[in-house]
Amino acid sequence: MKPANLSPKTLSILCVGLAIALGPIVLPEYQVSQVNNIGIFALVTLGLILLTGVAGMTSFGQAAFVGISAYTTGYLATSEQLPDWLGWAGASPWAALAIGLLLTLAVATLLGGLTLKLSGHYLPLGTIAWGLSLYYLFGTLEFLGGHTGISGIPPLQLFGLTLDQGYELYYLIWALVLVAVIVTLNLLDSREGRAIRALRGGQLMAESMGVNTYRSKLLAFLVAATFAAIAGWLYAYTQRFVAPAPFSLQSGIDYMFMALIGGVGQVWGALLGAASVTFLKQWLQDLLPHLLGKSGNYESIVFGLLIVWLMQKVPGGIWSWLSPKLPDWKIKKPAAPGAESGEKLVRRPQPQAGEVILDVRKVTRRFGGLVANNDLSLSVKAGEILAVIGPNGAGKSTLFNQLSCVDTPTSGEIHFRGVQVNGRNARQIAGQGLSRTFQHVKLLPTMTVLENVAIGAHLRGECGFISAALRLDRKDEAKLLQEARYQLERVGLGNYLHVEAGSLALGQQRILEIARALCADPCLLLLDEPAAGLRHMEKQALADLLRKLRAEGMAVLLVEHDMDFVMGLVDRVFVMEFGQRIAEGLPEEIQKNPAVLEAYLGGAE
Amino acid sequence: MNYQIVMLLGQDGVTNGAIYALLALSILLVFTVTRILLIPQGEFVSFAALCMAAMEGGKPLYIGWLLLALSLAALALEAKERYQANGKLQLKGGDFAFTLYSLAACALLATAPLGTAGKPIQALLTLGLIVPLGPLMYRVFFQAIAAGHSLVLLIVSIAVHVALVGIGLLMFGAEGARIQPFSEGSIQLGGANINSQTLWVVAVSLILIVALYFFFEKTLYGKALRATAVNRLGAELVGISPELAGKASFSLAALIGALSGILIAPITTIYFDSGFVISLKGFVGSIIGGLASYPVAAIGALGIGLAEAFSTFWASSYKEVIVFTLILPFLLWRSLAHGGVEEEE
Repeated sequence: MKPANLSPKTLSILCVGLAIALGPIVLPEYQVSQVNNIGIFALVTLGLILLTGVAGMTSFGQAAFVGISAYTTGYLATSEQLPDWLGWAGASPWAALAIGLLLTLAVATLLGGLTLKLSGHYLPLGTIAWGLSLYYLFGTLEFLGGHTGISGIPPLQLFGLTLDQGYELYYLIWALVLVAVIVTLNLLDSREGRAIRALRGGQLMAESMGVNTYRSKLLAFLVAATFAAIAGWLYAYTQRFVAPAPFSLQSGIDYMFMALIGGVGQVWGALLGAASVTFLKQWLQDLLPHLLGKSGNYESIVFGLLIVWLMQKVPGGIWSWLSPKLPDWKIKKPAAPGAESGEKLVRRPQPQAGEVILDVRKVTRRFGGLVANNDLSLSVKAGEILAVIGPNGAGKSTLFNQLSCVDTPTSGEIHFRGVQVNGRNARQIAGQGLSRTFQHVKLLPTMTVLENVAIGAHLRGECGFISAALRLDRKDEAKLLQEARYQLERVGLGNYLHVEAGSLALGQQRILEIARALCADPCLLLLDEPAAGLRHMEKQALADLLRKLRAEGMAVLLVEHDMDFVMGLVDRVFVMEFGQRIAEGLPEEIQKNPAVLEAYLGGAE
Repeated sequence: MNYQIVMLLGQDGVTNGAIYALLALSILLVFTVTRILLIPQGEFVSFAALCMAAMEGGKPLYIGWLLLALSLAALALEAKERYQANGKLQLKGGDFAFTLYSLAACALLATAPLGTAGKPIQALLTLGLIVPLGPLMYRVFFQAIAAGHSLVLLIVSIAVHVALVGIGLLMFGAEGARIQPFSEGSIQLGGANINSQTLWVVAVSLILIVALYFFFEKTLYGKALRATAVNRLGAELVGISPELAGKASFSLAALIGALSGILIAPITTIYFDSGFVISLKGFVGSIIGGLASYPVAAIGALGIGLAEAFSTFWASSYKEVIVFTLILPFLLWRSLAHGGVEEEE
């Protein structure tokens, strides 16, 4: 690889790697142990960056996770007489790491499993309560040494080497930090990673594209817990002593502060945050007692106020302030990997022309006393475009929500390709071949256009977390991105692949949603006001695209207000008013239908 | 375990549970009106209790300075926002109210012989010192970001708590304190001694709950707060100022916190950082109420108090572990009862 072809990611990893390698040569002994601590903190903080910065969830329990693993390591390494069934684990640091990891993940799975389906406030409260609980437990359990903790942990021995010097541990700690950074970067740049990135503000959309958001949340939470567990193992061998204090809720809050101060949306913010908080804390602990004339934990006042100020003024942390000042290799986007590869995603078997795709039978939806949809029946065939029109408040959106399984009918049945689907959820129906757009555009403004569209193909890829972390997913990923690129070129956004989706005009964002829906390889496309906000030429291009899809055998159902657009394009029109069907037929019939004219223009009274 | 012990533990549980219930109500109130999980709720409790203790012990009180600092910060923010909006400094007399009040409080605390003032005066004075912290806290830390993401609100709430704990250490020192009971003696009820302190707590809690009920059902301000809780934008459109709603709910939270602190001061030794764990039990109560239901939250908090009292008897050192683990079954229940995916604000 020529230097010019290095991606910013590789380049930054190389720079940091080089800096790390030089560390012990230029740093004095006592600073090395300081930097070791920073590395351990950075590992925990990195998990929080993924969890809070990327996925939008909050945990104050990371310190407790570190504690579980550190105590496990300490207990296994020091206990003279382990119970028989544990005897084999006593001597091996690997076994300690594995058991610590398992215990941490078990607790994290329990906590995550209980809270992640609920609204976002339950996870932080749950982790606060459990962080406290575990802290008290560490201080109470006799076999863990109570408040005095476990001391005399032997030095770490790996592959026959004894790592008891600061600089020896230094290389181990920072190698692991670097691996964790690479794993995180790899994960974010993958199918699973896109799903995790969609959690912050795009959960409804992601579910409609077939993403299991609960699973993605749990994955992010478990990855963060894993980093904390590894940090705990390193902590036990670095300090050679464990006591409850560093695993208290206070430390859990400190980790959150590191992530926020460093820059919560950026992987490198973890290193920056861990380092700046550590040094600032040390400096304040020296300075404040002089200033106030007494000693105590007064740096918390400064940190608390600093965070308040940061959240109000610089919510992106130091990294967001620093990154525009760095050389601009950040802006260059890598070429889509495998753009030239010939392999394509497998398409689902397409329905025969004329096959009934969607069959709605006597659907009624009541909200209390209000009948939003009353006894509606309609059907859409393959290779047909049906428009649902009606004045505001006619119940079109209610119908649309039921068809896409966001809402469930009070009575009646919805059949999709011969299978009854009412009562299923949006994710399941997406898997069956129904794809939709949203009336109010739902995309992830800071992700690129290409990545946004690739979320549509989520169900067509199969690589999970492990293959993403180890970069074994490149072939699969290339196919997904190629599909996204193909659909974007097809809808006319081929020139915008690598710009941020939020920078597109509203009309283009609507078109992006169509490309995203097409990426799922649907047999029925549900479009909610696709022409709203489009200019004349864009509308014509959209109509051409929909005609082409129809010719390929796609069934399309659209809700639209723009009559010129509808009448020149669709095969049949279904007209609603006050939740009732008032007319159905060919566009030219509908235009003359007296009931429709009265609904739109008002009767002569 | 005999009847006497059951009654004794039950009494303990009800006393603490009543205080947790008050805090749970206050946390819910602030959360529904402003979307803020008020983590610093506990600081109102501990500051009030330590104020009472300092007055009783005749020690100097520095909390007036905190009031003064916050009111000056609020004044500065007000001036800055007016200047940015109108291009000139326009401060009305009313804007200085908190500053003047804080100056008066500082002067009073420095000169008056508070140690000999008697419990009722000390309690009133404590309320007068703690309650203004509520609206000031909202003005200085939360008003500017009130419309922000709920994650931001939560983090600022935690940060304010962390800062206040440090300030608490600075103001009150690291020693714990416990004050003399309000009244000695006890009454006999069904063969058991009911401590008069328990009666105080239960009576004040009940009065407060009834007063809150009337406030929310019968008064215009109460209805305005309820309206804001149901639909923030809708309430704003009919002329209910979100700032007013925020400050009012924080004032109520500070009032409830300060009263709880005064009530708990003779029962438990309170340290500068004790408030958090106490209020967290209120949080557990409000989680049991699903962060939505007042009666369920209050009953849940009462249950927490009882569970705590009885676990003190059986497994004293695991008391906190048991109490905080109690939320797991309720989280499971909430999780199972929960429907589909919802978007975070």
